[in-house]
Amino acid sequence: MRNLLPILTVVAVILGLWYLAVGPMNFRLALDAATRGGADVTPATPDEQGQTGLIRLMLDNPDVMPAAYAFERPRLPQPQDVVSEIYENTIGLARRCEWQGFGAERDNWSPLSDGCLRVIENRRSLIFHAWQTLAPTLLGFAIGTGLGILLAVGIVYNRTMDLSVMPWAIASQTIPILAIAPMVIVVLNAVGIQGLLPKSLISSYLSFFPVVVGMVKGLRSPGAMDLDLLRTYSASGAQEFWKLRLPSSLPYLFASLKIGIAAALVGTIVAELPTGARFGLGSRLLTGSYYGQTVQIWAALIMAAVCAALLVWVIGVVEKRTLTRLGLVR
Amino acid sequence: MIKAQGLNLVFQTNDGPVHALKDVDLEIDKGEFVSFIGPSGCGKTTFLRCVAALETPTGGSLTVNGMTPDEARRNRAYGYVFQAAGLYPWRTIAGNIKLPLEIMGYSRSDQDERVKNVLELVDLEGFGRKYPWQLSGGMQQRASIARALAFDADILLMDEPFGALDEIVRDHLNEQLLELWARTDKTIGFVTHSIPEAVYLSTKIVVMSPRPGRITDIIDSPLPKERPLDIRDTPEFLAIAHRVREGLRAGHAYDD
Repeated sequence: MRNLLPILTVVAVILGLWYLAVGPMNFRLALDAATRGGADVTPATPDEQGQTGLIRLMLDNPDVMPAAYAFERPRLPQPQDVVSEIYENTIGLARRCEWQGFGAERDNWSPLSDGCLRVIENRRSLIFHAWQTLAPTLLGFAIGTGLGILLAVGIVYNRTMDLSVMPWAIASQTIPILAIAPMVIVVLNAVGIQGLLPKSLISSYLSFFPVVVGMVKGLRSPGAMDLDLLRTYSASGAQEFWKLRLPSSLPYLFASLKIGIAAALVGTIVAELPTGARFGLGSRLLTGSYYGQTVQIWAALIMAAVCAALLVWVIGVVEKRTLTRLGLVR
Repeated sequence: MIKAQGLNLVFQTNDGPVHALKDVDLEIDKGEFVSFIGPSGCGKTTFLRCVAALETPTGGSLTVNGMTPDEARRNRAYGYVFQAAGLYPWRTIAGNIKLPLEIMGYSRSDQDERVKNVLELVDLEGFGRKYPWQLSGGMQQRASIARALAFDADILLMDEPFGALDEIVRDHLNEQLLELWARTDKTIGFVTHSIPEAVYLSTKIVVMSPRPGRITDIIDSPLPKERPLDIRDTPEFLAIAHRVREGLRAGHAYDD
């Protein structure tokens, strides 16, 4: 991969900045703990500490800094703590599954061993939760893309839809998903639709809009000359669609799909938050915040980011292959 | 074959009406090669588009093969070649030539045979499986001409097809176009900016001028049908070119 080195460089810079930020972010908490422990701090009382600026506090009490880095329930955990938490809940769990009595204890670990299969079922593992979020994301993305393409075709070919649909589509995106997600799930459960579909519908709600916008632009992208050429052949509307408009719209479609899939993932996680979901990355965020386990929150966050990056990367690969075969990009 | 009488076309624009064509009277007989030449805005492309039923005249009459241009379009009476090749990058050259054939409903075997014949006509044999971006500009334009010839239309309408190409390629393509015309015996309407090109290719030259778009002169070329490139240095050729230039000057093409 040509861009491996730049990506690693950026990741290293981000990790560096993260590490630098841990101390200042946890400083006030550490200072508070030190004050309670009776140490010598400037200024002495919590009231005065609350009034003093952070930089002043850090300069006056440099010996509290190591404690800020080692703080047990930090506001911002250290990168290595988050990474080890992720490891513990994915690969680490797989290695330990054997030890919990499901089979003979084995030291060597392979992807095909029993322990790894269990990781996806184990309720403690991040992979299980990630899949609980990814499944409705993928389904919602498919629904949203299908709906978006249908709407776009309608907008391009029907004057009434052209004038009326877009404002409603835009308005639909301004309603906070956080507010309507519980309503949607309750209503759908009452009608008997449970499980995967309600989450998928909320996810599709967020992902259809980029597809509509992108496809409308793409379907309208052929120039006057191309359209005139088809007129000289007396081509019908359907022939024009399949032979010219649809192939021309593919670059725009893929751009929208990348946005759409990220939006679908966000939609699923947001759908999990207010509805008290028991499984999924959103639910991990929730339980982490209920029990004050910041490391758990951050681990779920990073996992979600990794999932989003993977999904967008997969679409990028499909895009490159398809568009190169169609000669639309070289 | 193509008959225009008192043809008028007025465009309504934001700046007021634009008289693109005014009282155009022209007859083009079967087998002729007619060039339209004039400065920008003189209506030559507009006239061609009227014949192709891509524009609607606002006055006068225009018949193609005895029918209205719209009926002629539906009868597939002509093929149109644009200034840019306009080939689809997701289709091979053969696929591009098959585009009109697919739309018009020819059978698969028919399509393959026509593609083969027409590629041979424009000297692009063996290039059927290549993609447009693998071909040079001149070859792409030849493929575009092949596409216009694929469905046996009697009339070929060409709107500055060689305008984007350099002079050497142009000369070569001019020669090839004349050979093509001799072999297929089509009626060709050709819009150009180049005086030598117009005089070299045509049997009839229509000189037009702008504001309003009208015909200034119609020149029947006395040059023989068989023309080598060297004919451009002969005095007869220069005399016709001179007459064209006079026509352009009379139409204020060279004024500010």
